[in-house]
Amino acid sequence: MIPVCRIEDLPEGESVRIEIDDATPAIAVFHTDGALYAVDDTCSHQDASLSEGWVEGCFVECPLHAALFDLRTGAPVCLPARRPVRTHEVSVVDGMIHVRPAVPEEEAVA
Amino acid sequence: MRTVTVVGASLAGLYAARALRAQGFDGRLVVIGAERHRPYDRPPLSKDFLARAPGAPAMAAGARSPSDADTLALSDADAVTLSDAEALSLSDADEDAELAAEWLLGTPAAGLDTAGRAVLLADGRRITTDGVVIATGATPRTLPGPPRAGVHTLRTLDDAVALRAELHAGARKVVVIGGGFIGAEAASTCAELGADVTIVEAAPLPLVPQLGREIAQVCARLHTGHGVRLLCGTGVKALRADGRGDGDRGDSGAPPGTTTRRAPRVTGVELADGRLLGADTVIVGIGVRPATDWLAASPLALRDGVLCDQGGVTALRQVVAAGDVARYGELRAEHWTSATEQPAVAVRNLLAGTTVARHTAPPYFWSDQYGSRIQLAGHRGPKDTVRIAEGSPEEGSLLAVYERDGEITAAFALNRPRPFTRLRRRLGAGRPAAPAAPAGAPAAAPGATP
Repeated sequence: MIPVCRIEDLPEGESVRIEIDDATPAIAVFHTDGALYAVDDTCSHQDASLSEGWVEGCFVECPLHAALFDLRTGAPVCLPARRPVRTHEVSVVDGMIHVRPAVPEEEAVA
Repeated sequence: MRTVTVVGASLAGLYAARALRAQGFDGRLVVIGAERHRPYDRPPLSKDFLARAPGAPAMAAGARSPSDADTLALSDADAVTLSDAEALSLSDADEDAELAAEWLLGTPAAGLDTAGRAVLLADGRRITTDGVVIATGATPRTLPGPPRAGVHTLRTLDDAVALRAELHAGARKVVVIGGGFIGAEAASTCAELGADVTIVEAAPLPLVPQLGREIAQVCARLHTGHGVRLLCGTGVKALRADGRGDGDRGDSGAPPGTTTRRAPRVTGVELADGRLLGADTVIVGIGVRPATDWLAASPLALRDGVLCDQGGVTALRQVVAAGDVARYGELRAEHWTSATEQPAVAVRNLLAGTTVARHTAPPYFWSDQYGSRIQLAGHRGPKDTVRIAEGSPEEGSLLAVYERDGEITAAFALNRPRPFTRLRRRLGAGRPAAPAAPAGAPAAAPGATP
């Protein structure tokens, strides 16, 4: 589990980008609609940071080309994105937000 | 309508084909493309694509499986590698099957026979059709004078492949003619590849008509801050060549086949003020012309594009237009986003037989240069005032708003995507009131922000 920040430091409507290490793609953590969500930060369409996107309900709109993703599943809702972003498990332990990065696909297969 | 023909197989053409099916058109759908390629995404051509060594694995999203290779014409397999096709493709095999379109690629349209209700192709074929979507895009302007090897425009995949081969074969001195967004992005990528880059701009400063003086200066500093020379206020007199053909130069850094073999290779750029710049490669980015030549004999009204109403409907009810080629009211946008938004509107009106929908979203585009992201949205007028609402040029991140009569007309951001998106959405919602305070939280409408 990777600590992100304290829950009071990520108020409703806010998002934060976390970098873990060179081997792990950056993760965006959102606090919206009364829940916490974590997805890959980089849009599956082109290089843009979803943590800087427009959040409405449980959807985030990419700041570059307005591709929309469902934060619950990572699924793209509209073009130009055609592939999902990965979702990651989020939990709060003693007021601290934690993320468990999803296992990369190649490791999951092995 | 039993047959609809989309003329143009790039972004707007593909989105038109998608819109036709999404809106229930189940007749014969023909897509005509002048290029031999399936629809691909152009924005990366001046950026990641150009920066990547030929044959290197694609980093961009949207990869297709190798079995999809046959969906892209690989007649020049050495130049256009599989990874190129994977990285840039705008659709996948499943979607292609769902669209159920007939793709006539590598065959430019040559005319519109309105009496016979047909699209004529350059190879002599005629496609009888009930409706037409014109999405032929635009063609780069070129410099007058004899052809020279090593001189490139940057619009198509083939353009980018040719330029990329030259840059990665070791072109050291690059002259970019034109300081607009294409020129700026190409210059940025060439600098990233270690080339010695000079931009020649005829105006006193690039992008003043688009951005106004203050913000144009911010963008100009991106070039100079990254070691790229910016020569302004001088035109180009001639492209010089030493007189030898490209094929004679065995030790030339340029790979074979990138441009016309017999044309003498460019060696320098002679400026109107008499200066001579040495050059291995010249990139010409001096704007585009809407691709309307094929419509010259048609009854359509043409004036810097196909004249349409706000719904993309031309003088002929069964002909609509979208993308770079189309002038919606007074505005012809050359933006990726317009090319994705207009087709659905135009198609709706085509199927309805009259204008029932209008495209009203404010223009939006972005540009990536020197690791910075520029975004602009809205209708900036020449007399609008501009002020920096957040950040500063010094910190390399700012949000600027353009205003007229107390209302925001446009927004510009340098590495400031979040507040920019907020403003852009308000511009789309119509008539945002200008924030009263010159500093603070200028983008925030009461209650509208987290």
